[in-house]
Amino acid sequence: MLIAGGGNAAMCAAIMARHGGASVLVLEAAPKAFRGGNSRHTRNLRYMHEGEDGFLTGTYPEDEFYEDLLRVTGGDTNEELARFCIRQSQDAGEWMSAHGIKWQPSLRGTLQLSRTNAFFLGGGKALMNAYYETAGKMGIRAEYDTEVRDLNIEDGVFRSAVVEHEGQTREVAAKAFIGASGGFEANVPWLKEYWGDAADNFIIRGTPYNKGRVLRQLFDAGAKPAGRAKGFHAIALDGRAPKFDGGIVTRLDCVPFGVVLNKNAERFYDEGEDFWPKRYAIWGTLIAGQPEQEAYCFVDAKSIDLFLPSVFPPFQADSVRQLAAALDLNPAKAEETVNAFNASVKPGTFDATILDDCSTEGMDPPKSHWARPIDTPPFYGYPLRPGITFTYMGVAVNKQCQVLFGDDTPSPNIFAAGEMMSGNILGKGYLAGFGMTIGTVFGRIAGREAARAIG
Amino acid sequence: MPSDEHLKEADRVMTICNACRYCAGFCAVFPAMERRRTFDTKDLVYMSNLCFECRACYYACQYAPPHEFAVNVPQALSRLRADTYEDYAWPRVLKGFYKNNAFLVGLVTTVCIVLAFVLTLTFQGSDTLFSAHQGEGAFFAVVPYGAMVFPAMVMFFYAIFALLAGFVSFWRRTRGSISDLIDVPAFARAVKEAFGLQYMKGGGDGCNYPDEKFSKSRMWHHHLVFYGFGLDFCATSIAAFYHNILHWHSPYPYLSLPVVFGTVGGVMMCIGTVGLLYLKAKSDMDPAEEKMLTLDKTFLWMLFWTSFTGLLLLVFRETAMMGTLLVIHLGVVAGLFLTIPYSKFAHAVYRYAALVQNAIEVREDESKVVLG
Repeated sequence: MLIAGGGNAAMCAAIMARHGGASVLVLEAAPKAFRGGNSRHTRNLRYMHEGEDGFLTGTYPEDEFYEDLLRVTGGDTNEELARFCIRQSQDAGEWMSAHGIKWQPSLRGTLQLSRTNAFFLGGGKALMNAYYETAGKMGIRAEYDTEVRDLNIEDGVFRSAVVEHEGQTREVAAKAFIGASGGFEANVPWLKEYWGDAADNFIIRGTPYNKGRVLRQLFDAGAKPAGRAKGFHAIALDGRAPKFDGGIVTRLDCVPFGVVLNKNAERFYDEGEDFWPKRYAIWGTLIAGQPEQEAYCFVDAKSIDLFLPSVFPPFQADSVRQLAAALDLNPAKAEETVNAFNASVKPGTFDATILDDCSTEGMDPPKSHWARPIDTPPFYGYPLRPGITFTYMGVAVNKQCQVLFGDDTPSPNIFAAGEMMSGNILGKGYLAGFGMTIGTVFGRIAGREAARAIG
Repeated sequence: MPSDEHLKEADRVMTICNACRYCAGFCAVFPAMERRRTFDTKDLVYMSNLCFECRACYYACQYAPPHEFAVNVPQALSRLRADTYEDYAWPRVLKGFYKNNAFLVGLVTTVCIVLAFVLTLTFQGSDTLFSAHQGEGAFFAVVPYGAMVFPAMVMFFYAIFALLAGFVSFWRRTRGSISDLIDVPAFARAVKEAFGLQYMKGGGDGCNYPDEKFSKSRMWHHHLVFYGFGLDFCATSIAAFYHNILHWHSPYPYLSLPVVFGTVGGVMMCIGTVGLLYLKAKSDMDPAEEKMLTLDKTFLWMLFWTSFTGLLLLVFRETAMMGTLLVIHLGVVAGLFLTIPYSKFAHAVYRYAALVQNAIEVREDESKVVLG
């Protein structure tokens, strides 16, 4: 059995396929230090559970889970597959523990066990280390720096793959193939097909190895797409973040506490529309629509300590004018925008923990909550850019993770799991820890079914 | 002051970690980091001494080299920790001892052994030194009681004083208030964590040591050294009690308390030190700090030779080799105690101070949660 990819879905598939008796080869395009795809940047997994299990508190039943999913996707999901995924996620914690995964203990005072999401001790890279160790002990072979270049597929049946390692190509025949090599968010030319040159200014939060090569070849062989091609999940990042692989530390949580200007030093959206956890995911796409895909968040001394510290220090100045100049914005225009905003702020009682009554009046766009004048030096500024987490479009699959070809004919020996098929369920938005749910659930199913298909 | 370069790097790394926080479950460093938004020198020095170099965070780190952020917490904090030992060494003039530790410790110990030989030969003569002595007072026939005990006491109390001086100046620098030093619950919690090597358990499954797999071998070997050292200390104290209060004079029978404690402790230390040296030799060098490794190895060898020569002395105490072995053993012990305030032993002092401060901070946090 050949598995393309080396993240959570791939390793879950490999482990289950090995349990099913298959001889498994995992091809990871990244070198060992960067193995694990986007899973290495994750930190938790959401799963359904009927009672406390040592990793999660209380219960998280199917209906509540599904409603959470409906809320973020706005109904852009496949109910049957989504509910199936949720049910199959039940007690994932136990299976993961049995395969070497360690959990973050409840930390007194600071972080309690959560009800919906179980946190991996040390985060996603530690999770991947544990899976690779378990897989190694089970006799699963993993080759790093090895990319699938070509798939030999005849009428929806996988025959072999051409793989490349250190410039050498070779053909690998296998009885079954599992694609678990993620989306195409790191493939800028592909993003440009939908976004034009703006894609040059996008930051890719995760692995640079998700080029979508396997995905493209499956489409070329006639696999049916699922999920919107132009869709991606993107958040507001510090504009100084590295092009790839910046992960969690470059995200910025300052927006609700300040004002956000675009390159023309104009505001463009309500910074205080709702709590940040409910809004951060729309800001990536919002900024992607602004000139040069850039924006600038201004906060003052009153607010600088109200949000999580980020990895890059803010720009700092004694006046809005100087701050704008430091950020390469038109100082006069920026000052005018901030002054107009300040003048529109109604008196209110600031409270970051509720949707408070601090808002603007007669301002377009408004700031609905947490609006306070930006008037207390020093002033701080953060450059913002869209940071893409993942793309939505993948291949269509059935409940056995078989890839659907042409008019919904399932392939007998081609399977897909993880981000490569998440578009079946997640058409829009995101639910924290749900990518790992999809990877774990469908990875395990793909591995089991592929082992069965081999017989 | 620690080196600017080491401070800057620790600050850079902790700033990245504080925006990530995935490692919160591993040890006390990360919760301590989360209590701060920026890190000044005293924060970083304190946090570096909370780090047990379990390396769990290194292997779990999505930003570890070759990632361009090149986050290497164990290495950055080890470098700063090694600076701490120099900065708080007492007297200040001896801080240079940390710069060339292996050579200087070796030199001092060699001088002690040679001196012990020369003095014994000069005052006792070669006949006494090289012949067998048996029965009560046999050791003192070679090295008179006063000559053995008086320098040992001076060196012992000197070491205690120097280490205490280091503790106090470290505390003044990192926590400040001396009144906090009479915080009994915090001391109790720190003692419990230190005696149980709480943070060598990482997140519960041990350190990633010597390689990326989780293992408790480092913790168990450290326990052997620590409690072996404790048993040897007990043995010496009991022997002193026998000698001075009960007027029973050594050598004591094989099944007497001092000999049993000393032997068990000595064997534990030999196994523990050799085990730790072996693990160090095998360990991944990427998260390691060379200077700290030198301090580690030097101190482990000193402990090993102290225990090993003690055990040899026990085995051959009735032969003509006793005198020679006794002199060597006393020389090594003198070398150990003279250099203890300028050796890796110092980690116990500063780490303990850091654990006390951590206990105070954790309690302050908890009371905030209750109030909030």
